[in-house]
Amino acid sequence: MVPLSYYLLLSGFLFGCGVAGFLIKRNIITIFMSIELMLNGVNLSFVAFAAHWHSLAGQVFVFFVMVVAAAESAVGLAIIIAVYRTRETLNVDQVNLLKL
Amino acid sequence: MSTANLSSIILTLVTFLPLAGGFLLMVFPRRDRDIRIFALVISLLTFVLSLHLPVYFHRGQSDFQYEIDRPWVSTPNIHYHMGVDGISLWLVALTTFLTPLCVLISWKSIHERVKEFFILLLILETALIGVFTSLDLFLFYFFWEATLIPMALLIGIFGHERKVYAAVKFFMYTMIGSVFMLAAILWLYAHTGSFDFVVIRDQIASGAVSGFPAAAQWLFLGFFLAFAVKVPLFPFHTWLPDAHVEAPTAGSVLLAGVLLKMGTYGLLRFNLGLFPEQSRHNAPWVMTLALIGIIYGALVAMVQPNMKKLIAYSSVSHLGFVVLGIFSFTQAGLNGAMFVMLAHGISTGGLFMLAGILHERRHTYEISEFGGLASPMPVYATTYLAVVLASAGLPLLNGFIGEFLVLSGAFQARPVFGILAATGVIWSAVYLLWMYQRVFYGKVTQAVNNSLSDLSGFEKWAVWPCAAAALAMGVAPILWLAAIDPAVQAALMPFLRVAGRVGGQ
Amino acid sequence: MNPMLNLWLIPILPLAGAAINGFFGKRSSRRAVTTIALLLSGAAFAMALWVTMRFSSLSVPYHENLAHWIRSGSFTVDFAFYLDQLSLVMLLVVSGVGFLIHIYSVGYMWDDPGYYRFFSYLNLFMFFMLTLVLADNYLVMFIGWEGVGLASYLLIGFWFTKDSAAAAGKKAFIVNRIGDFGFLIALFLLIKHFGSLNFDQVFQRVMPLGAEKAGAGLLTAIGILLMVGACGKSAQIPLYIWLPDAMEGPTPVSALIHAATMVTAGVYMVSRSHVIFERAPMALTVVAIIGTLTAFFAATIGVVQTDIKKVLAYSTVSQLGYMFMACGVGAFSAGIFHLMTHAFFKGLLFLAAGSVIHAVGGEQDMRKMGGLRTKIPWTFWTMTAGTLAIAGIPGLAGFFSKDEILWRAYQASWVYWLVGLTTAFVTSFYMFRLWFMTFFGEYRGEAQDHSAHDAHGGHGHGGIHESPRVMVIPLVILAVLSVVGGYVGVPGSLGGNNRFDRFLGPVFHGSAPADTQQAPMGERGATEQENEGPEPKSGVSTELIFTAISVAAALLGLGLAWHLYYRNPHLPEKIAASMSGTYQTLLHKYYVDELYGALFVRPLINGSTRILWQGVDRKIIDAAVNDAGDGARNVSDEVRHMQSGNIRSYAGWVAAGSAVVIAFMIWMWTGAR
Repeated sequence: MVPLSYYLLLSGFLFGCGVAGFLIKRNIITIFMSIELMLNGVNLSFVAFAAHWHSLAGQVFVFFVMVVAAAESAVGLAIIIAVYRTRETLNVDQVNLLKL
Repeated sequence: MSTANLSSIILTLVTFLPLAGGFLLMVFPRRDRDIRIFALVISLLTFVLSLHLPVYFHRGQSDFQYEIDRPWVSTPNIHYHMGVDGISLWLVALTTFLTPLCVLISWKSIHERVKEFFILLLILETALIGVFTSLDLFLFYFFWEATLIPMALLIGIFGHERKVYAAVKFFMYTMIGSVFMLAAILWLYAHTGSFDFVVIRDQIASGAVSGFPAAAQWLFLGFFLAFAVKVPLFPFHTWLPDAHVEAPTAGSVLLAGVLLKMGTYGLLRFNLGLFPEQSRHNAPWVMTLALIGIIYGALVAMVQPNMKKLIAYSSVSHLGFVVLGIFSFTQAGLNGAMFVMLAHGISTGGLFMLAGILHERRHTYEISEFGGLASPMPVYATTYLAVVLASAGLPLLNGFIGEFLVLSGAFQARPVFGILAATGVIWSAVYLLWMYQRVFYGKVTQAVNNSLSDLSGFEKWAVWPCAAAALAMGVAPILWLAAIDPAVQAALMPFLRVAGRVGGQ
Repeated sequence: MNPMLNLWLIPILPLAGAAINGFFGKRSSRRAVTTIALLLSGAAFAMALWVTMRFSSLSVPYHENLAHWIRSGSFTVDFAFYLDQLSLVMLLVVSGVGFLIHIYSVGYMWDDPGYYRFFSYLNLFMFFMLTLVLADNYLVMFIGWEGVGLASYLLIGFWFTKDSAAAAGKKAFIVNRIGDFGFLIALFLLIKHFGSLNFDQVFQRVMPLGAEKAGAGLLTAIGILLMVGACGKSAQIPLYIWLPDAMEGPTPVSALIHAATMVTAGVYMVSRSHVIFERAPMALTVVAIIGTLTAFFAATIGVVQTDIKKVLAYSTVSQLGYMFMACGVGAFSAGIFHLMTHAFFKGLLFLAAGSVIHAVGGEQDMRKMGGLRTKIPWTFWTMTAGTLAIAGIPGLAGFFSKDEILWRAYQASWVYWLVGLTTAFVTSFYMFRLWFMTFFGEYRGEAQDHSAHDAHGGHGHGGIHESPRVMVIPLVILAVLSVVGGYVGVPGSLGGNNRFDRFLGPVFHGSAPADTQQAPMGERGATEQENEGPEPKSGVSTELIFTAISVAAALLGLGLAWHLYYRNPHLPEKIAASMSGTYQTLLHKYYVDELYGALFVRPLINGSTRILWQGVDRKIIDAAVNDAGDGARNVSDEVRHMQSGNIRSYAGWVAAGSAVVIAFMIWMWTGAR
C-alpha cells in the first residue's frame, strides 16, 4: 500500500501551491485556479483518509466539496466577467474601490 | 375619580403625559404658534397633575408612595416598578415646574424647527421624570440613558457656535460613565435575580447576595462613576461648561436644573441606599473631591469672561455642596443636600433664563459686551439681583437654608471639611457680585446697549416664578422639609447601624 | 403670663413700606412715597414706644414665637422674637434714630430721581435691623445680619452709575461675608455642642460651665469666631476697610447704617452673647485688644483726611473700637451705653455734614469749606453739639459714656486705659479740626454766597443756604439727645446713680461664671457697678481723677486744633511737609487696602485665572478629555488602513488568521492529550 503520509504530503503540497498562488498572483483567473487547486488538495486528503479509515464519509464529503467548487466557479467567473466589463482589467490590485 | 384609584396610576400619568404630547406634536402641522401653545398646555398640565403628588403625600411615612409594580418582561426579570418618597417627590415637582418655564423662555428665541424642539423638550421631560420615579434598576437605566439623546440633540441642533463639539462631548462623557453603572446593575441582577431596587437593597442588607463583599467596592465605584460624571464632581466636570455655553436657553435650564440632580439623586438613592458600608468607607476621598469642587468651581467661575460659563462653574460649586452634604451622613447634611438640589435647580435655572434673555438681544454672553445695564433695563436688573442673591445664599431665600444645613452637617461629620467648605459663602459672593457689577453697574459702556428693551411678558412669566419660588422656599422651607426629613431619616438608618457595629467593636 | 405684644409688627411694618414703595413707587408721586415711608417707619417707632410703656409690666424676657422656620431632625429654628432690656434699648435706638433719618432724607433726597428706590431700600434696612435686634435665636439674628448687609450694599451703591459707588457696595458685602464666615462656624459649633441656636437654650446650657482657664477651648473658639463676624459687620481690624469706602452712599445712609445702627450690630451681638464670652477670658481679651487697637488706629487716620465724611467714617470705626474695648473688659452695659450715645451724636454729625455738603452744593472736601458758621447757623450749632459730645466735653452724652469705658478699661489694664485716653485726645483733635476747618475762617470754596435763606424745596443750585426745616428738625432733636442723652448713665462718682446700667442689670447681672471674683453684695454701693466685670480697684476719688484726666485730654485736643486750624492755618501744611513720611502713610490709610490687594485680591484672581482655569482646567483635565477623544480617533485612523480595498491583503489576512487558528487548535489538541 502507498503510505498515508505520501498522500497527505501531496495534498499539502497541492494546497500550499494553491495558497501561494492565491496570495502572489495578480490575475483574477489565476487566483481562481489556485482556489481550485486548494480545493482539490483538500479533496485528495479526504479521499486518502477515507481509504485509510475505511469510511465512506470522506468520499461523500468530496462530492460536497466538488459541488461547492463548481457552484463557486460559476458564480465567481460571472463576477469576473462583470468586473472585466466595467474595470477593463483582470489585475486584482486595481479592483480596490472599497477602501477607507 | 377617587384619590385611591388615582394613586396607583398618577406616576404613570405624570411620567408619560409629556411623551404622549410629544407624539401628538409629531403629527401637528407646522404652525409654530400652535405648536408652542400645545407644548405649554401639555407641560402645564403635567405640572398640575404632579401637584397631586405633594398634596396627597403622607408626610410621616418614609417608604415609597404612589407605588405601581407590574411584571413587564419575564426573562430577564424586569418589572414596571415606580414610586416616590420624600427624596424623589420634590425632584419630580422641580422637573414639572421648570418645563413650562422653559417653554415660555423659548417662545421667542427658537424660530427654526420649532416642532422638533418642543418634541425633544417633551421627550426629555418624560425621561427626567422617569429617572426619579423608577424603582426598577433596568427601568432606571433606561430612563437615565434616555435623557441623553434629546439633550444631545437639543444642544447639537439648536445650540450656538460649537454646538456639535459640546453635544458629542456631553453625550460621550456621560455615556461612558454610565456604562460602568450598567455593568454593576448586571452583576447585581446576576447575583440576586431581580432588577428591583427594594429587593436588591434588602438582599444586600441581609447579606443574602453571594460574592457581594468582594465585589462591593467595584459595584460602588461603578454606580459612583456614572453619577460623578453627571453631578458633575471634580474632576469629571469639564463637559459642563461647554455643554452649557453651547446649549439653547431651555436646554441649559433643564440641564442645570434637573439633569445634574439625576447624579446627586443617584448617589443618594443607590450609592448610599445599596452600599452603605462602602459609602462610609469611601467618604473621605469623595468629600475631598466635593470640597475641591466647591472651592475650585467658585474660583474658576470668578475669572470667567463668559457669563454662561461662569454660571456653569457656579453649578459645579453648588453641587459640590450637595455631595458634601450627602457623604456627611448626618440628618442636617442630607436635608441640606436635598434642599440645595431644589434651590439650585430654581435659582440657577433662573440665572440661565436671565442669561438667555440677554443673549436674545445681543447674541453674546461675553460680560465685557455689557456694562451699566441697570439703566436701560431696570426690571431685568432687579430680577437678576434677586436670583443672584438666592444663589449667593442670602437668608430668607432658598439657597441659604440648603447651604446652612449642609455646612452644619459637614461640620458635625468632619469639622475641617465644614470650615473649608464654609469659605464658599465668601467665594460665591465674590464671583456673583463681581459679575453683577460688571454687567449692571456703572455707565453704559457699549452704546448699543442703550436701546435694549426690558423684560417682555413671556420673559417675565418665565423668570418671576423662579424668583417667587426662591422666596417661598426661603421663608417657608418647612413645607418642603416636612416630606424630605422622614425620608432622609430612613436613608440614614443603615449608617447608624454601621456606626453601632463599628463602635461596638 | 405675658400679653401678646405683636412684636412682629415692628419689623413687618417697614417691610410693607419697602414692598409698596418698591413695586409701586416708580409710578407714584413723591408725596405718596414719602407718606408710605414715613408712616410705616414712624409706626414702627410708635410701636416701640408703646412696648416701652408696657415694658415694666412684662415678665422679662418676653418671647414671641410666630412660626416654624427650619426643622431638620431634632434641630429646629423658629421665627421668634425676644424682648429684654438690652433688646429694648436697641429697639428704641434703631427705630428712633431710624425714623429721624427717614424724615431728614425727605429733604436730602428730594431732587434725586431714585427717590422711591431710596426709601424702599431704607425701609428694607429697617426691617432687617429690627429683625436683628428682636431676634430670639442666632439664626433669625443672622437673617437680620445678612439682610442689613444687603441693604447696605444697595444703599452704598445707590448711585450705581458711578463705578466707585458700585465697587464700594460690592466691597462692603464681600468683606462682611468674610466676617459672616467666622460667624457661621461659631453657629455650627453651637449647634454641634449645644444642639440649638435659641438664645435661652444655648445660654442655659452654657451657664453651668466654668471659665475656660487655659485660654483654649470650645467657648473660646466660639467667642473668637463670633468676634470675627463682629469685625466684619462693625468694621474692626482687620475687616474695617469697607466702611470708609461706604461713604460713597448718600449721607443719610452713612448716618443710619454706617454710624448709628448696622455697624453696631456687632457690639449688640457680642453683648447678647456675654454668657459665652464671660466664660472665655481669652476671647474677651481678643475683643478688647482688637477694639483698643482699632480705636487708636482709625483715629490716627482720621487726623489727616480732607473729606468731611471720611473723617466721620474713621471716627465711627474708632468709636466702635471703644465699644468693643468696653465689652472686652466685661463692661457690656458701658459698651451699649456708648452705642446709644454714639448713635445720637454720630448720627447727628453725619446728618449735619450732609447739611453742610448740601449747603455748599455737593462739595465734601473740607479744604474748600470754611467760615460757614454764619451762613448755616442751625447746622453749625447742632454740629457743635455733636462735636462737643464726641470729644467728651463734660456735660454732654459722650462724656459720660466714654468716661465709663475708660474707667472700666483701667480696671482691667492700664494699657487699655492709656491707649483709650490717647485716642480720646486724638478724637477731640480731629473733630475740632473738622469743626474749625468747616465753620471758621474764610470760605475757600466755589459755591456762591447768598445771605438770604432759600425756601424749603426750591434750593437746587441756589448757593450757600441753610437746609430746609425737614432736615433741620432731626438735627435739632439729635442735638438735644446728644446733650441730655447721657444723663441716664451718670456714674455714682459724679452724684448720679447710673440708671442705664441698673436698667441693663438683669441682662448682664449674675451671669459670670461662679469661679470669677465677685464683689460681695454688701460692698456694692451707689458708686460701684454691677458684678459684670473685674472688681473695681479703688473708690470714688480715683474715678474723679481719671475723669479729670480724660477731660484734660479732650481740652488738649481742642486746644491743639484751635492752634493749628484757627490761629495758624498755615502751620498744618508745614508740619505735614516736615513729617511727610508719616503724613503720607496716614493719608494712604497705612496702605492697608494696597496690602490686601497685593496679598489677597490680585493673587486670588491671577491664581484662579492662570493656575486653576487655564492651567488645571484647560491644560490638564480638559486636555485629558480631548486627548482621549483624539486618541480614539488616531487609533481608528491607523486601524482603518486595514480596509484597503486590496483583495490580496485581505487574502493575506485571511490566510494568516486561519493559520493562527489552526495552530491554536493543534496546540490545544496536543495539550489535551
